[in-house]
Amino acid sequence: MKARRIVVTSGKGGVGKTTTTANLGAALAVRGKRVILVDADIGLRNLDLVLGVEKRIVFDLVEVVEGRCQVRQALVRDKRFGESLAILPAAQTRDKTAVSELQFAEVVNNLTEMCDYVLIDSPAGIEHGFRNAIAGAAEAIVVTTPEVSAIRDADRVIGKLQERGLPMRLIVNRVRPEMVRNGEMMSVDDVCDILSAELLGIVPDDPEVIDTTNRGVPLVLDPTQRLGAIYTKIARRLEGEMIPFTQLGSGGFFGRLFEVLRAG
Amino acid sequence: MLNRVMEWFRTLFGTTSSSSVAKERLRLVLLSDHLALAPDVIEAMRRDIFEVISRYVEVDEAHSDVSFEHKDEGIAMLASIPIVSLKPREPEAGLGDQSSPKEETSVLETVSVNGHNSDNYGRRPRKRRRRKASGASQTAPAQ
Amino acid sequence: METQRVFSAPSESSPQIEIHAPPSPVESQKTPKTRGRTIVVTSGKGGVGKTTTTANLGVALAARGARVVLIDADVGLRNLDLVLGLESRVRYHVLDVLEGRVSLADALVRDKRVPTLYLLAAAQNREKDDIATDAMVGLVEQLRDEFDYVLIDSPAGIEMGFKNAVAGADEAIVVCTPEVAAVRDVDRVIGLLGNRINAQLVVNRIRPALVRKGKMLSVEDVNAILRLPLLGVLGDAADVIVSTNRGEPVALDEASATGAAYRTIAARIAGEDVPAPQAAEPDGFMDKLGSFFGGRR
Repeated sequence: MKARRIVVTSGKGGVGKTTTTANLGAALAVRGKRVILVDADIGLRNLDLVLGVEKRIVFDLVEVVEGRCQVRQALVRDKRFGESLAILPAAQTRDKTAVSELQFAEVVNNLTEMCDYVLIDSPAGIEHGFRNAIAGAAEAIVVTTPEVSAIRDADRVIGKLQERGLPMRLIVNRVRPEMVRNGEMMSVDDVCDILSAELLGIVPDDPEVIDTTNRGVPLVLDPTQRLGAIYTKIARRLEGEMIPFTQLGSGGFFGRLFEVLRAG
Repeated sequence: MLNRVMEWFRTLFGTTSSSSVAKERLRLVLLSDHLALAPDVIEAMRRDIFEVISRYVEVDEAHSDVSFEHKDEGIAMLASIPIVSLKPREPEAGLGDQSSPKEETSVLETVSVNGHNSDNYGRRPRKRRRRKASGASQTAPAQ
Repeated sequence: METQRVFSAPSESSPQIEIHAPPSPVESQKTPKTRGRTIVVTSGKGGVGKTTTTANLGVALAARGARVVLIDADVGLRNLDLVLGLESRVRYHVLDVLEGRVSLADALVRDKRVPTLYLLAAAQNREKDDIATDAMVGLVEQLRDEFDYVLIDSPAGIEMGFKNAVAGADEAIVVCTPEVAAVRDVDRVIGLLGNRINAQLVVNRIRPALVRKGKMLSVEDVNAILRLPLLGVLGDAADVIVSTNRGEPVALDEASATGAAYRTIAARIAGEDVPAPQAAEPDGFMDKLGSFFGGRR
């Protein structure tokens, strides 16, 4: 059975694509799926860092494309997940024009023989690197935060995905329920309305996540991190399970009384 | 911190929350972005507008302009179309078409079919003929 | 249609800063010494606060009386207009100017709240490769004759958009957050800026409480790797989110601590000898910072 090929993209930088790719990949792996993560951000790679495998990189995507190594040699397995999670790192010293869309798609295609999921971490923007990333995919996850710039860029990206006929679902990241209650932040419903997108996950803001990415520890592996459960839920939804979004609490007296705040 | 307290007060006392402001701004900016990204749609609109108006008047297409502007609470399409002259009317063309010209011209905020471009930022039509007191121009919808 | 005239009457200037009102686009009264400064705001990593910083520093510098123009170099994904709250007034963009469809004067949007601040928006429906580097450099050169500061908001990444943003600048403000991924990207970018450009660092989104708990890199940690002169440090306040919701940059808000921080950075850019800002944070965090801010960098 060939793997599902999913690109994780956003348009806006810094909304959590890499963190999402890493943590979603880890959550799928914990559930027994074989997952390969592909870092499409040539020149500014970070997926390796977020997973804590940066010291074990020998070969990278560009070297695979240029035929200087086999793809299996370039895959870095994350030993914490047994055989279930590996990453194909980007090159750090090249730029995105080093690989064409066709070449990228071919590499991803080869990977589909070896796993159940290929998750592609897209770079920011809508240029060459982004086009490569989506060339390898059959579906998309768009990550956004409830802020005007992020939503505007997500809208643009959704337009591009529609042009290519890629089905997409939305993850709204860094939601601050208290600010939503106070009317200081747009709600998840607002975001989904504006983007006309189907929701895959809601991830609350948690400044301690930075620590986990600094240390290279996926959230599902850290029992102190409640966000791990949320990525597990997202993984299950991706697998087709209907999981309701957890209610965080109804709107307070000073907020939107009928706003149902959710996460998960 | 004070800023957030002020924000809280604003929401409490009924002035618009920042999230509502954000939502509305986004709605408009996305509409504007989508228009900017659909030049083929705009071109088709432009051609259709000229085609319709040209049934009633001669227009100076070379000096015409169709654009989109933010106005007050929304985005308006603005057409500035210099009118050269009225066309001689076909005897039976007017009555049957009474409804459609009205609908089409209602889409255009600032175009006036009879040549009085009163609301188009002061641009004057190239040439203007006096309206005939009688005759086919009576069937053109007054604006 | 109101056109935003660049060459209008001289703005009210503060006593400290001399402003030359340019008589015409061709003859400039600016001598090489008084030509405007060109500063690119960049990072490599997306989402660290380049656009917010460009907007707020622009506001803060202009509020001091300087003539400031902000250029959004993020072709295709423009957001500087949105952060400034000027999105509904943008009619033309950089490529309209470079391709000769409109004059620079017509494309510049003047900020009514801070009348010496102007914005040149990016095109939404084009790509970064559509701008030739030479053309960008030429534009910046032209603008520095008319403005005291030309601030260029760089896109994320290190591709053509970044190269164009950097090409016209003599100075850089490099923005970094205290996260390993950001530090790594910024480090790469500093290398790409080369020796021609004078770069300084702004560390954004510091959370002193997490730094104390050892759950976040400190400013020291970040700069141990980047080794740049430190221009300023910003916290991670929620009021920035509210301000972008409304399109009202925090630098306009007297009551905002983040606004005050931006104003301080602007003062430093303008050459003032500004000490560390008074703490919103208790217990010594600012004392620690103080050691970085010992007077002029």
